[in-house]
Amino acid sequence: MRACAADAEVGYAPLVAALAALALAAALASVMIGYARLDVPAALADAFAGRSSAAAVVLEQIRLPRAALGALVGFSLGLSGAALQGLLRNPLADPGVIGVSGGAAFGAVVVFYSGLAGVFALAMPLGGVAGAIVAALLLYALVGRGAGTMTLILAGVTVNSFAGALTALALNLSPNPYAAYEIMFWLMGSLADRSLPQLWLALPLTVVGWGLLLTSAPALDALTLGEDTASSLGFDLGRLRAQLVAGAALAVGAAVAVTGAIGFVGLVAPHLLRPLVGNRPGRLLLVSGLGGAIMLLVADIVVRLIPVHPELKLGVATALIGAPLLYGLIDRMRREA
Amino acid sequence: MRIEARGLVVRFGARPALAGVDCALVSGELTGLIGPNGAGKTTLLRVIAGLQRVDAGQTRYDGRSAAELGRAALARRVAYLAQSGFSHWPLRVDHVVALGRLPHRRPFSPPSVADRAAVEAALAAAEVVELRDRPIGTLSGGERARALLARALAVEADMLLADEPVAALDPLHQLRAMALLRAAARKGAGVVAVLHDLTLATRFCDRLIVLAEGRVVADGPPSALTDAVLAETYGVTALRGERDGEPFVIPWRAVGPGLRD
Repeated sequence: MRACAADAEVGYAPLVAALAALALAAALASVMIGYARLDVPAALADAFAGRSSAAAVVLEQIRLPRAALGALVGFSLGLSGAALQGLLRNPLADPGVIGVSGGAAFGAVVVFYSGLAGVFALAMPLGGVAGAIVAALLLYALVGRGAGTMTLILAGVTVNSFAGALTALALNLSPNPYAAYEIMFWLMGSLADRSLPQLWLALPLTVVGWGLLLTSAPALDALTLGEDTASSLGFDLGRLRAQLVAGAALAVGAAVAVTGAIGFVGLVAPHLLRPLVGNRPGRLLLVSGLGGAIMLLVADIVVRLIPVHPELKLGVATALIGAPLLYGLIDRMRREA
Repeated sequence: MRIEARGLVVRFGARPALAGVDCALVSGELTGLIGPNGAGKTTLLRVIAGLQRVDAGQTRYDGRSAAELGRAALARRVAYLAQSGFSHWPLRVDHVVALGRLPHRRPFSPPSVADRAAVEAALAAAEVVELRDRPIGTLSGGERARALLARALAVEADMLLADEPVAALDPLHQLRAMALLRAAARKGAGVVAVLHDLTLATRFCDRLIVLAEGRVVADGPPSALTDAVLAETYGVTALRGERDGEPFVIPWRAVGPGLRD
């Protein structure tokens, strides 16, 4: 068991309020910062007055959707990571571990590869959602109701590896190097050039996923004492596994489908925040979601501030920021142990 | 509350862990579930707690099946303390104990006055009040066992099923924990404890159920643990005595060939 700083625990309501305020601030900063100079108050005034000035269009079609998607996707990743770590009682779990993000990535790649992506704008994200659902169903067929946690992890890793191999195969067989190049770049994850249609596609799926994940809080608390104890406290673990796999598939599937694969947020956000909620998995859910939103919004601001062209990919930035954070955290845990 | 098990059969592969067990457990009694390693004690306890599927037989709770009673009602009425339990995350002791109130709480509502009182009472009963702020991972094995016992007590169930609740405790806390379980039974709850210490079992329990190879070989007051039963099931002889009206047994020598102890 890891040593922990119990005295690091802070009040839950103030913590949620502080993180929500930080997330809001990060979202506002994300709206303010961009490649083009934008007078935000003027753009807002235009937008509310119904004047489609250039500034209003940039705000409505580019800045706001990008910030909203960043918050949405970051929240989904942080929340799913916390929920899966609680379910599997393994601090290494993240949305990748159940194969959903790999499935979503492959679904989007298939659409791109088949040429459907050129037919209508939402084809790729829809393909991603379909891929996530197929991965979750495949996982379910393999695991079935009532199978144990270890089976779930093994099945998830299998599905994820298989989806990864199929994605690599698509790259391998790519008819021209430019297509392979585009797929690779898309896989690195980005919020650039996403607009309202992507947001409206992801939002409903994401919200349903959040609902499934957030309502699992009491069961995840009970699972702290093991599966027998959780069952004896009245929780149906078969139902809980189904609920969390479905929730993560919807939330993360929709996120990956729209933005590409963004790593490390789902792994790091729960770790950073766990001591602040006294290690309680139920309370970690909302907190980790907010933390994920902040991380992703900040990373997306960073990629736009770093003068590199083409723009640094968001998935690259989150890994570059997330890995040292995690390393420092592990080092601190090792010294406290 | 009366729990009745009839013809329980559980197989793990070809080996039967329970080979036709009948028993009845009632409130107000401290029942010791004893028997050698691999006799099926934990399996029986898990079946009664509703955690283990059976290949045959049925368990009735006041005449109703677990399905008729419902998962939530069963969780409120029957508490289960796992063998050598642990916590996957280093929660504070009082947060661990509060998990015992989950069956009584509506999701996402704050704990009621009764919930808080039950947690305080359980912390006090298991003598872990002074450990309440400590992360459970920093406790010793015995302290952790007491914290987890407090968690099970906090359920305030009609029946407490405890798998080796005193195995990790020092002698003082073994005596106190057994006295606590007996007191809980006197107050009206049923308590079933898997025990290996025959001295504690015979001294404190109202009743002993002796399992061997998945069958009940003796069921009755501590005097039911005769020399013949001890020799057959455990392969030991024992010293016997009585002090202040409490009978006790001390395992003494192995029966039959082998190393003399």
